[in-house]
Amino acid sequence: MDPIAGNDWLLTALVFAPLAGALIMALFPSEEEGLHKQLALLTSLVTLGLGVWLLLDFDYDNAGQIQYWLDKEWIEVIGAGYTIGVDGMSLPLIALSVLVMPLVFIYSWDHIPSPGNAKAFLMLMLILETGMLGTFVAQDLILFFVFFEVVLLPMFFMIAVWGGEDRRYASLKFFLYTLFGSALMLLGFLALFFLSADSLGEHTFNMVDLTNNAGLGITRSSQLLIFGGMFLGFGVKVPMFPFHTWLPDAHTQAPTQGSVILAAVLLKLGTYGFIRIAIPMLPEAAEAWAPYIGLLAVIGIIYGALGCLAQTDMKRLIAFSSVAHMGFVMLGIATLTDFGINAAIFGMVAHGLITGMLFFVAGSVKERYHTLEIGRLGGMLVQAPHLGWILGFTAMASLGLPGLAGFWGEFPAILSAYNPANGLAEETFRGYMVVAAIGTVLAAGYLLWLLQRTAMGEPPDEFKDDPEITDVNTFEWIAWSPLLFLIVLFGVAPGLIFEVTDPAVVESLNNCLQLPDGCEGVADAAKAASGG
Amino acid sequence: MFATLAADAVSKVTTVTNDANWFLENAWIIPLLPAISFVLILFFGKRMPYKGAEIGIAAVSASFVLAILSGVAWMDHRDNFELEKHDDEHAIALSDGAGSASDTAEYAVGTLAAEAGDGGTHAYVAVQQSTQWLQSGGIEFNAGIMVDGLSVMMLFVVTFISLLVHIYSTDYVSGDRRYTHFFAFLSLFTASMLFFVLSDNILQMIVGWELVGVCSFALIGHWWEEKPNSDAALKAFLTNRVGDVGLLVGMITLFFAAGGGTTFDTIKINEAIVQGGVSHTALVVAAACLTAAVMSKSGQFVLHTWLPDAMAGPTPVSALIHAATMVVAGIYMVARLYPVFWEGMQIEGSSINLLATVGAITVVGAGLLAFVQDDIKKVLAYSTVSQLGYMAMALGVGAWTAAVFHLFTHAFFKANLFLGSGSVAHAVHSFDMKRDMGGMRKFMPKTYITFVIGSLALAGVFPLAGFWSKDEILVNTGGWGVLGGSGAAPGSYTFHFVMGMIGAALTAAYMTRCVYLTFHGEYRGGHHEDHADDHADDHAHHGEPHESGPRILYPLYILSAFSILIGFVNFPPGFLTGSKKNPSGWQERFLHFIEPAGSSYFPAVGHATPSWSLAIVASLVAVVGAAFAYYYYFVRLDRLSKQLGESLVGMPNGVTTTNVFARAGHNLLVNKYYLDHLYTGVIAGFTKGPLARAVNWVNQNVIDGMVNKAGESAVQTGQLVYHKIDQTIVDGAVNLSGRVSDASGEELRAINSGKVQNYAAIMFAGAALLAGAFVILLAL
Repeated sequence: MDPIAGNDWLLTALVFAPLAGALIMALFPSEEEGLHKQLALLTSLVTLGLGVWLLLDFDYDNAGQIQYWLDKEWIEVIGAGYTIGVDGMSLPLIALSVLVMPLVFIYSWDHIPSPGNAKAFLMLMLILETGMLGTFVAQDLILFFVFFEVVLLPMFFMIAVWGGEDRRYASLKFFLYTLFGSALMLLGFLALFFLSADSLGEHTFNMVDLTNNAGLGITRSSQLLIFGGMFLGFGVKVPMFPFHTWLPDAHTQAPTQGSVILAAVLLKLGTYGFIRIAIPMLPEAAEAWAPYIGLLAVIGIIYGALGCLAQTDMKRLIAFSSVAHMGFVMLGIATLTDFGINAAIFGMVAHGLITGMLFFVAGSVKERYHTLEIGRLGGMLVQAPHLGWILGFTAMASLGLPGLAGFWGEFPAILSAYNPANGLAEETFRGYMVVAAIGTVLAAGYLLWLLQRTAMGEPPDEFKDDPEITDVNTFEWIAWSPLLFLIVLFGVAPGLIFEVTDPAVVESLNNCLQLPDGCEGVADAAKAASGG
Repeated sequence: MFATLAADAVSKVTTVTNDANWFLENAWIIPLLPAISFVLILFFGKRMPYKGAEIGIAAVSASFVLAILSGVAWMDHRDNFELEKHDDEHAIALSDGAGSASDTAEYAVGTLAAEAGDGGTHAYVAVQQSTQWLQSGGIEFNAGIMVDGLSVMMLFVVTFISLLVHIYSTDYVSGDRRYTHFFAFLSLFTASMLFFVLSDNILQMIVGWELVGVCSFALIGHWWEEKPNSDAALKAFLTNRVGDVGLLVGMITLFFAAGGGTTFDTIKINEAIVQGGVSHTALVVAAACLTAAVMSKSGQFVLHTWLPDAMAGPTPVSALIHAATMVVAGIYMVARLYPVFWEGMQIEGSSINLLATVGAITVVGAGLLAFVQDDIKKVLAYSTVSQLGYMAMALGVGAWTAAVFHLFTHAFFKANLFLGSGSVAHAVHSFDMKRDMGGMRKFMPKTYITFVIGSLALAGVFPLAGFWSKDEILVNTGGWGVLGGSGAAPGSYTFHFVMGMIGAALTAAYMTRCVYLTFHGEYRGGHHEDHADDHADDHAHHGEPHESGPRILYPLYILSAFSILIGFVNFPPGFLTGSKKNPSGWQERFLHFIEPAGSSYFPAVGHATPSWSLAIVASLVAVVGAAFAYYYYFVRLDRLSKQLGESLVGMPNGVTTTNVFARAGHNLLVNKYYLDHLYTGVIAGFTKGPLARAVNWVNQNVIDGMVNKAGESAVQTGQLVYHKIDQTIVDGAVNLSGRVSDASGEELRAINSGKVQNYAAIMFAGAALLAGAFVILLAL
């Protein structure tokens, strides 16, 4: 993998534009809410503009290579650099992030959660955006780690301050749990750093160097340990069963905007870590861990779905569904095949759009009905027909209906499990395949039961003549239309994403070819698949 | 004996072209039109003078015309297309470089030899057009259309029935609370179904398969205000999802085992299997998994239970989706991927296999259930299940053409019957035959005649449509030959033959009962007002029911005409002219144009020779079945009712009142073999209830409990360490965090009384310590 230099400032501008916007907002007093809303939206639109520029300027013929490569010294004493770049694996996730944020700001126009203070709320979200974008462009482990952690604090405050009744517990749990994971992940990074000198001649955090020299000649047992550290760090973030319990609490308590961002982008930091760092840098360990990751993934699929069936709170149900959906993503990753990892990236984007949309709907339901208790809701299609139809549409997308985006994350992931990378036990993964396929039945079950109980039927007496229950308003339409449109677009034309990610995924797996020992299995699979 | 094509003849060259008549090359327009119509109706329908119905009718009419033109083009193509003349480059490119011009010639000779009986015809060459859809693993996957006899036939059936249903609906659902929405979904369904039948690869088939399912869901639940309707919609969707597990696993297996992990292309997958070399185990798995998909989509036992419930939807929907088109998707899929089943189930020369047996059980099992229904639509629904059983059984015994032919004829007469039942229900505002119907022939003579024609066609009475197709299935089971009759077939499926005969008797009998209860005897309705469950009751009419209007009647006339005549398109050889081995020019036209015999993607399927004796015996069986029911209802029950001066229809009578076994059997049928109890009560109930609750309990108490415990212990340890640790480090961290939180309002300060900062600092300190230890450990 040879990084390609390009426009020097575009990525940096993209990453720090939200932060700059937040700093500008800091100059104005918090009483001027309208101004802050405008500033925040403007900032996110500028970022979106830069993102569109990046999308247009990106060299799709070289989507497998890291582009806009920039490698500057940063913290010399520990050898950490300001190293950034983008390839086909990170581009869709960057696009997703810059798209979702303006929608959240539009939604915030008339939905600032209690106790108010729009300035602080919006600033936190901008800082969050910088953290997310930074994580996706970082090509240095320390830089990655810093951005990865930058995300944590704003989200913590969003839940702790603007959250629901149980916000203290939820926010603390979210913070400490992910911090615990990151600590172990950092350990892994440090270990790689100290061991890199053996084969590279110098200590480095440079992700491209570490990937190009995957395995670094580290002994198998050490590789397994290091991978384990990263597994915990990324696995908590995903979240994988059984490290998922922070998620339903955080989602349920977070304000709508927090839930949307959490679902749409934050969870992807974990899966992105797997495909960007853990697997390419430690292919041998990945192969050893893969069956267990696959097992936890399919347990997550079934377990998450059953958990959904037991929920009485709409938002908590959607939160639990994330556990199941991320199970499909992790199953794709665990196969260590290009098919599987492509499916995983698609699944990340699709889940971001769809589950983000579901949380938007949940937020609007809460605002109208002042409750999310499924048993009390009903007849939404009568009182707010558009809202009900949007819920129905998104539920269909979420259960993996072909023609909508969710399918292309789910089906190829199941498909890839039929034929995992050489070196992985076919029987085991085919078993996973069947279990995952059964998971789709349960997914249909909990989503349609949700739809039936909340949207169909006649409105219950307590809400029958409630004037607050109105249909989708303008701000909601503006914020939601892009998501709804993209769910259809990517469902009809999945190639739009696959063709960007595929070269990068093939490249990242092929990369292991250069190693004599380490990842023959992965390499063979890549060879077999691309050679036909 | 039956003619088997030499397997060697069908290899080497792919019999597919992308260079053909304009209408065949551009068949993709046919599904596109209703898809556009869906979007237009969705956004502008309510503002249109006819509330969107006109958009749907226009689009479907245009599709219908195109479907007919492509049908005509196909007939010409089938008879006159010569692969080698048409752009060898394309042909060779499509055959994956394996072929050459000489192979083409060789193949053509083989076909000519095999089809010499037809007086020398051309190869059966499918038309395929495709474009790149997506790529993964460096491999490109296409989306496209595949046009051959089978898909052309389906294009005609779908657009034709859909058009009639559109017209019928403008009257039937007029004034409905979601009239526009109804037409939007009719369009979407039509588009999805057409997309499905034109798919040139199995990935696209999955997409179409699911899309028709979701349209079915939306239309069954059209009146979702009432819980039974939304329950029925959910049941349909979820039951189909169960079958879809089989679909996904089966298709994935095919993709890797026959497609080499590089192609979803239907033709290539079929060819790989026809040419041999695909693992038999994989084919067995794929065929079994896909059979599960057929069981749910095409209502085969034991996953059929959703279909009768689906009658909760509006009647035109039942006619279009749950009789003529969507429910045959499973049958179509098997027909499309026939090599998978032919090889995987070793159909030829065998006497039993999964698909045929599932079909045979369905024929009889559902036929029996049709007897105990009071709801006219449920009679027809179980009848549909039973007829779908015939189709599945036919495919299972190797009677490909007979199955597809039955699919074709059934679409017309069953749509006829459903729309007829809707016409009656439109008049009496109910579907309950026993309570609200009876004597309807006096009020609705036109509907009555069309309904009787449909019933006769369904019962297989000579010379109506059902007779020809059912007879062809029966003879192809080979059972008649085994039992001493004439007519040899690909296999010797005696059990299935017997089940088919029983089914024929049952069909005739339950339709006789249905006709009696609906149209004969005395009118029993008109005594209550609260029954308008099928349509917005805007014509405030009471008193005597009356005949339906022209938009309802004309579709019935047209379908009746088809029910009478359509069987003639596949006259068996030797009927009136020609000989059994050498059909004359107007015999077996359906087989000639539809069956891809001799093409590279179809197995060498044999055909049974027609049997006069069987045709006579099967007709007699049906007549006997009808006669029993006729005696019981038309003669005995009618007489007793007249004697008593009140209708005995609703009373229990006959053997079920006197014989304990008959009563038990009746109970079993009334309870639908208790399958609904098993699914809804036991399986779904257990999953939703105890299982889900148990998982949630484990989640909250075990997994989360451990997390909380860990957190508490950490806090305790932390507090311990905190008091011992160098105060300045922690204080520094606390102050720093405190300054950050100052900016974020008062609420924030209340929360951050220092706790979190402490934890964070401790975590980082701990992590740093651990990291040090870890590195030292690694370095050793």
